[in-house]
Amino acid sequence: MKIVVCVKQVADSEANVLVEGNTITWGESPMVLNPFDEYAVEAALQLKEKYDAEVIVLSIGEPGETEALKRSLAMGADNAILISDPLFKANDQRATASVIANAIRKIGDVDIVLFGRQTLDFGSGITPAQTARILNYPFLGLAGKIEIVEKKVTIDRILEESKQVVSATAPVIISVVQAIGEPRYPSFMGIRKAAKAEIPVWSHAEISGAFPEPTVHSIKYENPPKKSGKCEIITGDTPEEIAKKAIAKVMAEKVL
Amino acid sequence: MKTWAYLETNNNEVNLSSWEALALASSFGASSAILIGSNVEKLVSLAFEYGAESVAISDHPNLIDFRSDQYASILAEYARAEKPDLIIFPNTFRSRELAAMLSIDLECGIMVDITALEEVEGTLIATRPIYEGKALEKINCSTSTQLLTIRSRAFPMPAKKTTSAGSIVKMSHSDHSLTKVEATSESEGGVSLANAKVIVSAGRGITNNPKLSMDEKVNAEEGLRLVKALADRLGGAIGASRAIVDGGYLPYSHQVGQTGKVVSPDLYISAGISGSIQHMVGMRSSKLVLSINKDPEAPIFEVSDIGIVGDLFDYLPLLTDEFKRSLGLKD
Ligand SMILES: Cc1cc2nc3c(=O)[nH]c(=O)nc-3n(C[C@H](O)[C@H](O)[C@H](O)COP(=O)(O)OP(=O)(O)OC[C@H]3O[C@@H](n4cnc5c(N)ncnc54)[C@H](O)[C@@H]3O)c2cc1C
Ligand SMILES: Nc1ncnc2c1ncn2[C@@H]1O[C@H](COP(=O)(O)O)[C@@H](O)[C@H]1O
Repeated sequence: MKIVVCVKQVADSEANVLVEGNTITWGESPMVLNPFDEYAVEAALQLKEKYDAEVIVLSIGEPGETEALKRSLAMGADNAILISDPLFKANDQRATASVIANAIRKIGDVDIVLFGRQTLDFGSGITPAQTARILNYPFLGLAGKIEIVEKKVTIDRILEESKQVVSATAPVIISVVQAIGEPRYPSFMGIRKAAKAEIPVWSHAEISGAFPEPTVHSIKYENPPKKSGKCEIITGDTPEEIAKKAIAKVMAEKVL
Repeated sequence: MKTWAYLETNNNEVNLSSWEALALASSFGASSAILIGSNVEKLVSLAFEYGAESVAISDHPNLIDFRSDQYASILAEYARAEKPDLIIFPNTFRSRELAAMLSIDLECGIMVDITALEEVEGTLIATRPIYEGKALEKINCSTSTQLLTIRSRAFPMPAKKTTSAGSIVKMSHSDHSLTKVEATSESEGGVSLANAKVIVSAGRGITNNPKLSMDEKVNAEEGLRLVKALADRLGGAIGASRAIVDGGYLPYSHQVGQTGKVVSPDLYISAGISGSIQHMVGMRSSKLVLSINKDPEAPIFEVSDIGIVGDLFDYLPLLTDEFKRSLGLKD
């Protein structure tokens, strides 16, 4: 079985993100494997243990953006590919999805393609469904559990207020959610292997195939409005008095 | 402008943010509502009451399960014929999948999780939160049809009209889907978090009440009872930090935050939540935040408007009683 996991490198979620001029800065914060994609890598490794599979991680990024791939290798993935080309710069999901689709075709004989639910940075959680549609593969979205019997893939689909059991025939595209289980830590051996790994870089020429011009355009970045004033810590002589004052303040805001 | 709104239905009910999508669609002139499913015909009059001029419907028994590929094929065929300028979807998991697939079929731009929209010299400019809401991005789209998914509660609900008439168009039907839904189980009822006006959220603090017990489980049960009493009093929903979900005290569907849900109620009350960045990105856009925490240094106070430094086991019952009095509610 051949499994491909799509991962992205993003600024850590603790990062102090700030818009200065029209650029986004995140201070000294490290770049990490997108936390949602960590669940996808974990899912792939669980499947590898259960069904014996080759796990390939794939990332589109700038030259040298190998943090997410190295982390995945350290966790236990077998191979990594970085797709990098000046042509792929635009942050347009439809373009991203078609580059991923072309890469899947080039890798060939892929049974399962795993995605995270969304990216932390520009995340909109649509790339997996778009990729499925381009490839005309079944899309099993929001999987909290994955089971495979021969070519039949069955997932628990975790929706807002319900859970479903959904199945399809491989090859399939799956997006993975937190219920799959906590991502494992890299082993010592894994870290050593990842540090030594030579990660091949594919450019547009290598994966061939057309990809669409971006159709969604960034006009500008802004900092979000600051919360109005500071928090008022309610004081009083007794808890009863404090509770009364707090509720009076809520009522005065007329939100209820 | 030809503007459509997709109405998402679950168990023959339209979810609330679909009506927000319809109101936004109607703000550009005459709007059409899109209804796909099984037994959805009876929702047509409701769509007219909420302001749709016309309704395009595909109603068939084998549309009973939402399957994004099958639904997308129906909508894509209709859109190819009708060439709408704008299709607005609620930003739920299901509708977002549908919009994503449609963007491929129609080869058009898609703007996701939008919180504001303005028209500047004939161009639509949308605002979307990026980096988990730590920054905002203004975007536009250059295709003749544009798709938009809107964050729930970011746009107003439409007023309900008393008249319920308009034209009805039948869309064709598709049998084809690559997936099969084998079973569906609804989680426990109650108000859905995304649409809730009031949310009361429990954090790890609810497991900590030495006066009651040294057993975290016993404390958590009592803490949840108090949280629920307050939520019920306000007609609100119950939220939770990940610590409470991981502890097995509430199902994952209650989790607020980065890996849970992003919510924006009018009032968010947190009890015993420290305010990790992963929690705060899920609730920072709430209109008013009231937090109870023992620790005056807890970061949650940085995103709160009103703070109570104290024990949630003391304050939750007091707040419940006091709200009852202030709102003039009966038992
Ligand atoms: C990748 C990733 C994703 C994550 N996603 C999420 C997410 O979606 N949502 C989320 O919530 N977290 C998420 N987390 C976890 C997050 O980092 C925190 O661990 C979690 O939010 C802590 O929950 P808490 O505030 O309830 O618990 P704690 O941090 O333990 O805080 C408990 C608070 O309760 C107070 N307290 C204790 N007893 C009382 C009492 N009797 N009365 C009043 N106050 C009391 C304490 O002072 C303390 O501030 C994520 C973490 C990671 C790494
Ligand atoms: N640049 C990228 N390289 C590889 N995978 C990506 C990239 N961007 C997005 N993905 C995948 O698509 C998922 C959803 O991304 P998004 O639609 O941007 O929220 C992510 O969780 C990844 O699995």
